[in-house]
Amino acid sequence: MSTIEQEMVHAAEGGHHDHHELPFIRKYIFSTDHKMIAKQFMFVSLFFLVIGGLLAAMMRWQLGYPSQPMPGGMLLPDAMMAPTPNGAIMLPEFYNSLVTMHGTIMIFFAIMPLLVGLFGNLLIPLQIGAEDMAFPRLNMISFWLAIPAGILMLASFAVEGGAAGAGWTSYAPLSASGEWTGVYLGQQLWLASLTILGFSSLVGAVNYITTVINMRAPGMTWFRMPLATWALFITAILILLAIPVLAGALIMLLFDQTLGTGFFRPEVGGEPLLWQHLFWFFGHPEVYILILPAMGIASEVLSNRARKPIFGYHSMVLAIIGIGFLGWIVWGHHMFMSGMNPLLGTSFMISTMAIAVPSAIKTFNWMATVWKGDIHLDSPMLYALAFVSMFIIGGLSGIFMASTPVDIYIHDTYFIVAHIHYVLFGGSLFAIFAGITFWYPKMFGRMMNESLNKLHFGLTIVLYNLVFWPMHNLGLQGMMRRIYDFTQYEYLAPLQPMNEFISISVFLLVATQSIYAFNFFWSLFKGEKASDNPWDSNTLEWTVPSPPPHGNFPEMPVVYRGPYEYSSPESETDFYPQTTPPSNPPVQDLIPEPVTPTPEGF
Amino acid sequence: MTTQAMTAGRAPMPGMKVYNLKLGMWIFLLSEVMFFTGLIGSYVILRFAHPGQFTEPGVVLNVPLTAFNTFLLICSSVTMVKAYAAIQQGDQQGLKNWLLATILIGASFVGVQVYEYIALVGEGFVPVAEAYHAVGRHMPHDGPVVGGQLYGSTFYTMTGFHGAHVSIGVLCLCFTYWRAAKGEYSADNLGGVEIMGLYWHFVDLVWIILFTIVYLI
Repeated sequence: MSTIEQEMVHAAEGGHHDHHELPFIRKYIFSTDHKMIAKQFMFVSLFFLVIGGLLAAMMRWQLGYPSQPMPGGMLLPDAMMAPTPNGAIMLPEFYNSLVTMHGTIMIFFAIMPLLVGLFGNLLIPLQIGAEDMAFPRLNMISFWLAIPAGILMLASFAVEGGAAGAGWTSYAPLSASGEWTGVYLGQQLWLASLTILGFSSLVGAVNYITTVINMRAPGMTWFRMPLATWALFITAILILLAIPVLAGALIMLLFDQTLGTGFFRPEVGGEPLLWQHLFWFFGHPEVYILILPAMGIASEVLSNRARKPIFGYHSMVLAIIGIGFLGWIVWGHHMFMSGMNPLLGTSFMISTMAIAVPSAIKTFNWMATVWKGDIHLDSPMLYALAFVSMFIIGGLSGIFMASTPVDIYIHDTYFIVAHIHYVLFGGSLFAIFAGITFWYPKMFGRMMNESLNKLHFGLTIVLYNLVFWPMHNLGLQGMMRRIYDFTQYEYLAPLQPMNEFISISVFLLVATQSIYAFNFFWSLFKGEKASDNPWDSNTLEWTVPSPPPHGNFPEMPVVYRGPYEYSSPESETDFYPQTTPPSNPPVQDLIPEPVTPTPEGF
Repeated sequence: MTTQAMTAGRAPMPGMKVYNLKLGMWIFLLSEVMFFTGLIGSYVILRFAHPGQFTEPGVVLNVPLTAFNTFLLICSSVTMVKAYAAIQQGDQQGLKNWLLATILIGASFVGVQVYEYIALVGEGFVPVAEAYHAVGRHMPHDGPVVGGQLYGSTFYTMTGFHGAHVSIGVLCLCFTYWRAAKGEYSADNLGGVEIMGLYWHFVDLVWIILFTIVYLI
């Protein structure tokens, strides 16, 4: 036996050696089981999602009722609130921290770990037929690096000077020295926290990529992989290549802050624009890190709930790859107003608009998938449809910003705030709701309550649009983002009623999320027991018990077909699990020979 | 292929004929490439934008000493290859000897770099000084002002991160040696030595690029 085979046998045995009951701490705390790590990521990032939402609500109080006493403000320390006889008024410095930390926490500690940490860990091994990740212990390390990062980030609220206040993009020189923001230690904690978190993501990405390349079950060719796994695979490549650039930039900024080096400080000859280039060279792939897995999840749910094969599977895969590639050559579109050669700006504009092509391919394919399908309008489908429709709005408003002449007018206004929330909340977060609801039975063996989910969906989609749609108008009327008190400008003061309307909608939207939270925890204990395959799905994770045992697959699955063969006329049921051998197979096909590349695979 | 081969292990599956550890190391090294690209790219941009803050090669930096250090690191790559070649033949003693040689040379590299840092700081070349009065080898102590703050910042950041990578590499080599001493590697089981070698060659390669860009150009 060759070295490689021996290693592989060893690895295969490694995944199966401890099927006996593990002690509590190995099973729930320092677990190496990808499903448990996925759940750990889920609980932690849902916690951060709540924190991020509350920060947004506080911000909206200040915008809806500028410089009026905030209810409950007396509970917060004097560093954040100015006490008055009528109550406590938010300080501008604290508002800056809120803006910064809302963005940072939502992007790095909520959406990204939910999409990549939760769904990456949960779905990749199950959907490709592996018993676990390639490196289970590294996987555990990845989670346990994210925890200190989160603690540092939250702790920065408590230190002198408050949390970082230079925006989630932390543009230098604002971020390079505490002189400008009044935040010294908070900014350094922010940098340290993100560096650690970056390392956590990196370790995870190495794991995902290795797993997808090397751990697929027999017959699971590249073009039989479910789209969620494809999207997570490309996402992992983006993380792998983008995060180190951010890490280098963060470390240089940290040196500027602590040691007094001058990378980004113009007063000693540094280049503030260099920070923007490095940040957005990471930042734009990051945007696709936040949307590609959501696209994958939506593809799974739409095809399954419409009981139709996904329309244009190959074009879907190529579109994911295309978006992943184009994401590297568009970062300059964040910097049109930073000072850029117009010719360079034009080339960034063209490359950015090129992304509309693969995005449109995906969007039209989703619509063609549900077209004339046997649509089951249950909650995962509703969330997935919301994802598609909100993503279209966010994608179209993105073209406004991509076009340099328009961007000059709307840059750094509420228009961009509306745009990013249509993509990140309307896009990513609705897909996360769809994904959690869809795979909840696989994770916990119980169904979520359908009525509560529909109630949550209905309220959320309405309130969400009431919050973010008017922001387009605010931006077009010139209201700049990250502003503490816009009423100080005469021309913006008339926007106060619309801001108040948005704020009230935000409070209701935040309150609505408690329905989902209640449903989530209530269903853990009281939900209806789920069967192995409650959605009649084809992919491999539904062929194993809910929740799957340690080691996932009692026997190595053998894959014979693609993931979306729904409503096939050849089948008695309307679905064909990927493990179903071909019907009426010629005799020689009974002997599994999945390694030979099939015409569909390569 | 037989059914037996199917259940025997991972070999007959789709995927690359590379074991996980090696594939994982290659993927990790890709991210390392991006990390150093970020640092080196920043250096190039800052140097082009502010040529006055940097000096010609050899004015501040001790090029002959570092050239010798570069030679040392290249030698350690050779000994690493010899260690891998030894265990491929099943030569346990050879593996241990060559690993030990790699550890010693790698540690010497770090030692020379520390010596270089101490000497440079002694000559007034520190990470955050406003300007450097060239002192020491070539110039009188109150020589002309050469370079500015960016020179020290970029120099110590880039070479420091490389030095940290070498130091971590030496620690990992010690771990590999410890496992080799326990006889855990064989001609059929040499993945640990191989991925150690990959990392070590990568660190060597980065140094050759850094040496060229920082010391020679």
